[in-house]
Amino acid sequence: MNAWTVNLAGLGLIGLIVWWFWLYRPPALRAAGPQPIEIIVADGVYTPARIEVPAGKPVTLRFIRKDPSPCAEKALFDSLSVSADLPIGKPTDVIVTPPQPGEYEFTCQMRMYRGMLVAR
Amino acid sequence: MTAAIPAEASTHRLSISGMSCAGCVATVENALKNVPGVIESTVNFAEHTATVRGSVDAKLLIAAVTASGYSAAELRGLEDESEKEAAELAHYRSLMRKFIAAGVVGLPLMLAEPLGIMPMLHSPSGRIFWLAVGAVTLWVLIYAGGHFFRGAWKSFRAHNANMDTLIALGTGAAWVYSILVVLFPDLVPSLARHAYFEAAAIIIALINLGQALEMRARGKTSEAIKRLIGLQPKTARVIRDGRELDIPISEVGLDETIRVRPGEKIPVDGVIIEGHSSVDESMLTGEPMPVEKKAGDEVVGATFNKSGSFLFQAKHIGADTALARIIEMVRRAQSTKPAIGRLADKISAVFVPSVLIISVFTFLVWNNFGPEPRLSFSLVATMTVLIIACPCALGLATPISIMVGVGKAAEYGILIRNGEALQQAGKLTTIVLDKTGTVTEGRPTVTALLPASGWDEQKLLTLAASIETGSEHPLAEAIVSAAKAKGIKLSAVSGFEAITGHGVSATIDGSKVLFGNARLMAKHKIDLGNLPKRAKELAAQAQTPMFLAVGDSVAGIVSVADPVKPDSKAAIARLHAIGLKVVMITGDNRATADAVARAVGVDEVMAEVLPGDKAAKVSELQARGEIVGMVGDGINDAPALAQADVGYAIGTGTDVAIESADVTLMRGSLHGVADAIAISRATVRNIKQNLFGAFIYNVLGIPIAAGALYPFTGLLLNPIIAGAAMAMSSVTVVSNANRLRWFQSGQART
Repeated sequence: MNAWTVNLAGLGLIGLIVWWFWLYRPPALRAAGPQPIEIIVADGVYTPARIEVPAGKPVTLRFIRKDPSPCAEKALFDSLSVSADLPIGKPTDVIVTPPQPGEYEFTCQMRMYRGMLVAR
Repeated sequence: MTAAIPAEASTHRLSISGMSCAGCVATVENALKNVPGVIESTVNFAEHTATVRGSVDAKLLIAAVTASGYSAAELRGLEDESEKEAAELAHYRSLMRKFIAAGVVGLPLMLAEPLGIMPMLHSPSGRIFWLAVGAVTLWVLIYAGGHFFRGAWKSFRAHNANMDTLIALGTGAAWVYSILVVLFPDLVPSLARHAYFEAAAIIIALINLGQALEMRARGKTSEAIKRLIGLQPKTARVIRDGRELDIPISEVGLDETIRVRPGEKIPVDGVIIEGHSSVDESMLTGEPMPVEKKAGDEVVGATFNKSGSFLFQAKHIGADTALARIIEMVRRAQSTKPAIGRLADKISAVFVPSVLIISVFTFLVWNNFGPEPRLSFSLVATMTVLIIACPCALGLATPISIMVGVGKAAEYGILIRNGEALQQAGKLTTIVLDKTGTVTEGRPTVTALLPASGWDEQKLLTLAASIETGSEHPLAEAIVSAAKAKGIKLSAVSGFEAITGHGVSATIDGSKVLFGNARLMAKHKIDLGNLPKRAKELAAQAQTPMFLAVGDSVAGIVSVADPVKPDSKAAIARLHAIGLKVVMITGDNRATADAVARAVGVDEVMAEVLPGDKAAKVSELQARGEIVGMVGDGINDAPALAQADVGYAIGTGTDVAIESADVTLMRGSLHGVADAIAISRATVRNIKQNLFGAFIYNVLGIPIAAGALYPFTGLLLNPIIAGAAMAMSSVTVVSNANRLRWFQSGQART
């Protein structure tokens, strides 16, 4: 294969990586009503990972951990000073109140699981 | 996108206290039904329980019952770790099975290759052999590495990338390239026709092994929590309808009467209503001496009843017990991070996509400038970069040490509120100790009785205690207690008068009695003889001497002191040994404060400080550039504790709800402060080691994997070595954190 083609493809791939992982903002799941929002913890991702919630109001997130790896055992909302232990298979309710509009990240301890509360 | 997600209904059982009639049942039921999310609620008056079904948090239900004028607590025991342990063991075994399966395939391939006994790729029989190897390796990738590929794909779809992404790309690329070489050799330059099936299999094996070992090591990091949960007894002996029944602890309701016999653990928190005993609370507070308990005294669940038998009434159950709150506080603290870990968090957030970019860049550089076979070199270097990068070690470095450090502190009766307090404690330059109750016992006692000629100790104490019965002065209580302890019968007192700043006067058995300081005696022209000299000596020993006069003549001196805790001096020496300046702060007069200071060896005394001014004194020290830790009782000293860089509430027993304190020391000894600082420093040191190791590993490992040394030494890392290094890096971080478990108090050495 022509070296230039490979180089262009490589640079294109780097561009795609930057766009896909850093620049693109996927749509958020919007919380409907006061009921808990279920978040599945499995295979290295929170599903849904991006959730839109009203700012200034308490919201209940129900974590359902399916991943037995210890990486998944805690959910941390660093900027809200909230944390929870997630037992395997048992739904765990976490009530958080994002004080003002903005993005509030939640992660596992190693920050491999990553989610975002988008408060509006 | 809007979605209405159905919430799962769950059932909560509450114990309700304070219901006396059927009307109460209706009130509580209505209160519960009005909580949003409640589907059904039933209150059982006979059992004083409520069963509630709905999608609602138990805390909201308890708040609703409390708001309606009753008390409630959830009926449940502490969740034990057995389910978690069983799940972790199953996961560990699954990882080990995957390790063995991948190893069994990869190892013979790896060993056979240098021996040259493998069939050639381009021969017809060789191609069939390698196709079979490719199929078996594909099975390895699916069975032993499927979870990496699943995780990578799901993360990718969520615009996220994690460790799974790196492993899946590294091993996946190796397999795809190898199968292309086997199936379509013409696509690949002849020099680059090499299969990497064994690398894919061995890397999968090693990563599984690394995760299994990490899991084992991580299990040990939560030992402190397991130990605390293990303290809870399984059953309680309640008295219902006059009968004693052994019931599970999760069924014990509020206000129930419970019997505890000698040698048994106390099941929940409550108040003794009959009997007395001595109770060992050391498992929670670290305080080695048993505590005497009688009717009216509080007892704490999970502590050990030593000698007597008693009945007590349950006041806190389930998640409200001191043990449950201690566990909750430790768990919460274990999840927090000090500022030192934030840089690692920021790097973690961009780490994996950055490694992906570096890997593409590595491929391009080798493909443009590398020697032949370029494609092989490009592929090996790219694969090695993907495999060696370890975001986990970086992510784990801080939290895993915090988990072990905070847990270890809890074993010493030290509850650290968060990781930030831990980091700040490591930077302290000055420690301020409140005198009363911190350096001293906080319980004044009669320390000397010096009768004048013609009097004896008994008569002196009788009159002093009799006259002080009407006084509210803290020293008066010490004198009355001393008389009671000696079984002295007190005399009737008339005409009691408190003379502010001087003492008291009254008439006892027809005689005028004066009790107070030298000024009181001078005012009434009482000749004190040589007693003032003795009084001065006592004051120099941090005692408060008081004169007693009957009629016109002196009867003697009663001296009271708040004794220094026996181990305060040794603990202060430990604080000095770790380089801290020790300041004592007190509202007492200068002479007493200086005497205490001399006895324990502090560096500076702040005497005659009003309680409200203690926080200002802490500010003054901070303005001088000191980083100040303040040790006080957590209630009277709350503003000073809050002002300090780290506030230590001391001697709280099992009362863990000291909001003003960053660190709660459940035992009264100042050694707890030295231990808390030593554990904090050890933990911060451990975090630094972990962060340094994780940074250096990645900073050196990734360029070496990319081939940075190749132009100079001809060294290009084997992807299998990269896999082994990556697998061991997280294990090393966790194992280093586990070293904190061997921390020992310096108390024994002083």
